[in-house]
Amino acid sequence: MIGERYINGLVLAGFLAVPIWALAMDEPFTITLATRASVLAMAAVGLNIALGIGGLVSLGHAVFFGLGGYAMGILAHHAQTHAALDLGFLAIEGSRSMPVIWITAVTVSALAALLIGLLSLRTTGVYFIMITLAFGQMFFFFSISWSAYGGEDGLSIYVRNGFPGLDTLVPIQFFGLCFTALCAALLLHWRLRASPFGMALNAARQVPRRVETVGLNPMRLKLLAFVVSGAVTGLAGALFADLNRFVSPTMFSWQLSGELIVLIIIGGVGRLMGPVIGAALFVALEHFLGGLTDFWHVWLGAILLLIVLFARGGLIGILTGKDGPRV
Amino acid sequence: MSDVILSTRNLSRSFGALKATRNISIDLRAGEIHAVIGPNGAGKSTLIEQISGGLRSDSGTVHLVGRDVSALSTQARARAGLGRTFQISALAMEDTVLENALLGALGQSGRPWRFWRAAGEDRDLRARATAALERVGLAGVADQVTASLSHGQRRQLEVAVALTLSPRAFVMDEPMAGLGAEGSRVMTDFLDGLRGEAPILLVEHDMDAVFALADRISVLVYGQVIATGTVAEIRVSREVKEAYLGEGA
Repeated sequence: MIGERYINGLVLAGFLAVPIWALAMDEPFTITLATRASVLAMAAVGLNIALGIGGLVSLGHAVFFGLGGYAMGILAHHAQTHAALDLGFLAIEGSRSMPVIWITAVTVSALAALLIGLLSLRTTGVYFIMITLAFGQMFFFFSISWSAYGGEDGLSIYVRNGFPGLDTLVPIQFFGLCFTALCAALLLHWRLRASPFGMALNAARQVPRRVETVGLNPMRLKLLAFVVSGAVTGLAGALFADLNRFVSPTMFSWQLSGELIVLIIIGGVGRLMGPVIGAALFVALEHFLGGLTDFWHVWLGAILLLIVLFARGGLIGILTGKDGPRV
Repeated sequence: MSDVILSTRNLSRSFGALKATRNISIDLRAGEIHAVIGPNGAGKSTLIEQISGGLRSDSGTVHLVGRDVSALSTQARARAGLGRTFQISALAMEDTVLENALLGALGQSGRPWRFWRAAGEDRDLRARATAALERVGLAGVADQVTASLSHGQRRQLEVAVALTLSPRAFVMDEPMAGLGAEGSRVMTDFLDGLRGEAPILLVEHDMDAVFALADRISVLVYGQVIATGTVAEIRVSREVKEAYLGEGA
């Protein structure tokens, strides 16, 4: 069996090698696929903080993904129409700058996670899953009916937003940006997991009453994990919107929340690189099998079934020979 | 009265028509091991939960070092100095033995909001955790996954986590549960030395251990304390014999 850190190194190296190879071969579409995988991976890395370490099975993380997406969409829309967003007491100028959009996306999704967390964390187990799903559906239907920003049709942004010093329309440069963001999210997960906070959170998932008995509040630990988790997924949402130059209510859909969970389960719940492997496999299947059949999800389902039945540690678990944490 | 560390006054709790505990008043004095014994269903577990904060009391108070903690949460009572152990080990089974002890040290430090440096690299936490593991004889297995420990070792770790808290009073729920003769003897010796550090309210079924350790014993029957006294007094009490040890005992 292979040590987990070598696998982690290999996965990241592979993630870098594919677009570099594509660049050399002049295959820009492959670079876009790698970018899509990085962004989905990042969204799932965010969820993995809540789900993997904290045991919070959120079926509503599309809320944060969508909020990040709409933060980008709305700011860029106002910039491209040169009309400030008028809130009555305050007029907000649009923006085409990624750093501004990112800060907005992170702030908005963290705030939403705080509110949703405060309400949902009163419940556990299947009720927690249902209440997060319900929040997801609320945002989904709200976005469908919000005609100012395209409603059901979504919102197109014609030119990708800018980042100082980069030409974001060049695929490899935008990939570099997304991959760096993914690495930052992974670094956050890694440090958080080993930190006192992560240790306490991980224990709160396993034995909440023990955590209380040593004088810590499991609720607060989980709430903070949920907020950090939502913020990371929100930032991924902003990048996803910029990748497609399009935002629509599908970013809020419960299918997306489900897919994020699937990515984590395939890769390995709670494993640092679990979501990365999961996202890479997902995008590869979507591309290759999706080219052969419209029903490629069947094969994804079969893989998921095999992993849930026979390899609870996901692909990382198979490679390292160790099961992941039980959620 | 100044040497009373933990006390309950008229503690009661009902579940529907069942009065699990009725007007329980118990004092735990500095330096003593105070055992609470009673047949199954006498209300021992309910009492422990009421003292440690897991169950709200219908009436009555709990004082810890002169402070009324009756309205406090479990975690606030732990911070006030209550070191509780569980009858069924409540440990993070996926984590290492050291990590379980570190969790206690972290709770004792009261600073879980640190996000960057690894917990295992924090010298203060590590020293506290390792010291507790050494005391119960688990230092050698510190890096093992807790799930791989024997039942006896888990009982010891349960106590070690409480030690990391440096509590003012211990509340131990059957620390001997499931231990063999040798394990019981080791645990008995250990608890014997612990009473000087902080008094122990000991709920225990193992009568040999209770008679060997206890300075005083309270007998709980149908949710009420029917007798409190020294080991010698309880041994000869007619009431206790009839109600608990069984006639002819």
